[in-house]
Amino acid sequence: MATTTTSTVTSATGETVTYRSDAPTGMKWWREVGWRHVVGVVVIIYCALPLLYVVSASLNPGGTLTGSNNLFRTFSLANFQRLFETDFASWAINSLVICSVTAVATVLMGGAAAYAFSRFRFRGRRASLTALLLIQMFPQMLAVVAIFLVLLTLKDVFPILGVNSQLALIFVYLGGALGVNTFLMYGFFNTVPREIDEAAKIDGASHAQIFWTIILRLVAPILAVVGLLSFVGTYGEFIIARTVLQSTDKLTLAVGLYQWASDERNAPWGQFAAGAVLSAIPVILLFLFLQKYIVSGLTAGSVKG
Amino acid sequence: MPDQPTVVRPPEADAVREPQPRPDHAAARAMKPGFIVKLVLMAMVNAFGLYGILAAAAVGSWGIAVFLVLAVAVADWAYFSRRAVPLKYLIPGLLFLLVYQLFTMVYTGYIAFTNYGDGHILNKTDAIASIELQTEKRVEGSASYPLTVLSDDDGLAFAIVRDGQPLVGSEDSPLEVASDATVAGASVTAVPGYDVLTFAEVAQRQAEVTSLRVEFPEDLGGGSLRTQDASNGFVFAPTLAYDEATDTFTNIEDGTVYTPDDRGNFVSADGQRLTPGWQVTVGFENFTTMFTDSRISGAFLQITVWTFAFAFLSVATTFVLGLGLALVFNDPRIRGRKLYRALMILPYAFPGFLAALVWRGMLNERFGFINEIIFQGADIPWLTDPWLAKLAILGVNLWLGFPYMFLICTGALQAIPGDVIESAKLDGASPFRVVTRIIYPLLLISVAPLLISSFAFNFNNFTLIYMLTGGGPNFPGSPLVIGSTDLLISMVYSVAFESGVKQYGLAAAVSILIFIVVGLISWLGFRRTRTLEEL
Repeated sequence: MATTTTSTVTSATGETVTYRSDAPTGMKWWREVGWRHVVGVVVIIYCALPLLYVVSASLNPGGTLTGSNNLFRTFSLANFQRLFETDFASWAINSLVICSVTAVATVLMGGAAAYAFSRFRFRGRRASLTALLLIQMFPQMLAVVAIFLVLLTLKDVFPILGVNSQLALIFVYLGGALGVNTFLMYGFFNTVPREIDEAAKIDGASHAQIFWTIILRLVAPILAVVGLLSFVGTYGEFIIARTVLQSTDKLTLAVGLYQWASDERNAPWGQFAAGAVLSAIPVILLFLFLQKYIVSGLTAGSVKG
Repeated sequence: MPDQPTVVRPPEADAVREPQPRPDHAAARAMKPGFIVKLVLMAMVNAFGLYGILAAAAVGSWGIAVFLVLAVAVADWAYFSRRAVPLKYLIPGLLFLLVYQLFTMVYTGYIAFTNYGDGHILNKTDAIASIELQTEKRVEGSASYPLTVLSDDDGLAFAIVRDGQPLVGSEDSPLEVASDATVAGASVTAVPGYDVLTFAEVAQRQAEVTSLRVEFPEDLGGGSLRTQDASNGFVFAPTLAYDEATDTFTNIEDGTVYTPDDRGNFVSADGQRLTPGWQVTVGFENFTTMFTDSRISGAFLQITVWTFAFAFLSVATTFVLGLGLALVFNDPRIRGRKLYRALMILPYAFPGFLAALVWRGMLNERFGFINEIIFQGADIPWLTDPWLAKLAILGVNLWLGFPYMFLICTGALQAIPGDVIESAKLDGASPFRVVTRIIYPLLLISVAPLLISSFAFNFNNFTLIYMLTGGGPNFPGSPLVIGSTDLLISMVYSVAFESGVKQYGLAAAVSILIFIVVGLISWLGFRRTRTLEEL
């Protein structure tokens, strides 16, 4: 994003410079620039209000909805302490493990497939690429009923791949590993000059050596993007996780926190807010630090999951 | 595969680098650590596959067994042959894709044409066994035996005292005389190799205890031993007898004959049905139900209309706000532009499911922040009134979605060449005209495919709906738990998993309709981007 900003600035350089030398003041400044700040402040209040609200609720030891309405009236870490008497820690670990494994495996499998499509010419290549493109249009969650029934059957054969198993959930997520990601990566792999691997081949490198030691390093940025998008997507995935996982200690954060927030009778609202703050922090940090990569990944065609 | 790149190796180059002739490939590979890693991995894959084949065969899942045989064979061939190089890179991903995406899609299609669901879960053989079991009754006038519940590593067992003799049996082994058991008073108090369950343990495993059937030996009269209170055992015998030759059930007491119908149930002449039934294909019935069953069709139509409206309005509102803000902030003279941008993408960075849950709390009718603080204590039923709930959902989705539109519009705006806009200004175009006639059309070229995919995403935005309103407020009088903010996808979930009677067949049929819509949308998207031609 940063590079494009500078390009527009330079393309309008002539005019901008004259503006800068006698910057608009008074009414003119208001008409041309000032009002934009007003819009900005209003929008930021709109953006930040729910976030401030949840942070404030997490610091309110009362822990009820009503008590959370006066923002930042109290400050107490009681809710956070209480989290550790619950299953929250195991949910967090579950989410972290499930998302990391899914992200790494997605990157490896997608990368391997993209390598095959980009570097080898084989029979059925175009057909399989087209088929992939068609299959990935349909989100996996549409088949959630069938996934549940398949896992129910698998439970008799491989209990570890059946309903209520986290490995089964990871496997289901990996079913979608090739789809979108292969295309994102395929395009990027094609930008790596073939001369590089041909040179390596002449030097006696095998296809596996070229893949692991040369190509994967050259395409590292796209691997980061795909891994990140996969991680964030899996982190927020709800419908399949809720269908597959059943016992309380096996849940992911999304399913577990949903249970707290939707519990009308006990409504552990402060506890939920504390859990929400803790689970949002890693994702927000990832976004802020890797904003540039994510934006490029977004415009390449994927949507927030 | 005629042109394998790895096999084609310029001989001169080899000769220069390695003067000695290369040894046999297989031997050379065997020396490399990579080959050993591969060998170990493949050994694990084969072991896993073999275990699966045996386990599948043991439970009679022949489909799984055949698939595993093929998968292991293909994997072994691909990784140990020197020919199938591309396949080596494709197999892992393809296997997962095949099982968890392709197969589940096809299977969804199959389920849509069956009556799979509560009451029709089993296949016919299991259904017959289950009917025999469920229609068991205590044999009239039979004795009551003092009973003790035992447990060992394999599960629960019963011990009874019959004519002063202790008998022990479990689910798999019929009752047998256990001469080493200790009998105190009327009942058994200890059996070597078993633990006697205490009262508390029995209470904990109540369901297991009451469902245990221990076969009563034929020479003692047959039937099965069951208990309701864990201290008295009775002999049960089926009241219905299945006759394999005629494929019918006959009631032993009154002679009623139950014959199988094409709906997967045994039915008597006067229309009484035995449960459970079994799965049968029912043709297009699930599809026609949605349109013709008067209790469902109205709700289904509303949900369909709302799904389209929601997806369209979500894209429209987020795009308008995102584009507007992108235009407002696309002025280099604004100080702190970066800060504004960083803060504006906060809702986008905040995990969507959490945002929906936080808003759910804020929109609570009686205690929520919106009603208490912003509307000064009003009781506005944001999430429980059909129309307000729709408005609330669109509002929350606007909050969630506009930063994305802002980001992509900003990117697209900055890609529009400045001189085009300059020349329009010089020609005297008003700022409004510049935006509508120049910026907007140019922007749409790059943004349109993303708008289409955003539409497809929102069409299936299950998380938002489920977390915010759970689909409610529910339609009164509908046999399904569906409500006025349900999307088609949340209707699928509700019909399959949350309604009183789970109807997998109907749910799968709704999924198929979504498949068709999503397919159409994506096809439109492809036509715009011509992705297919670039492969």
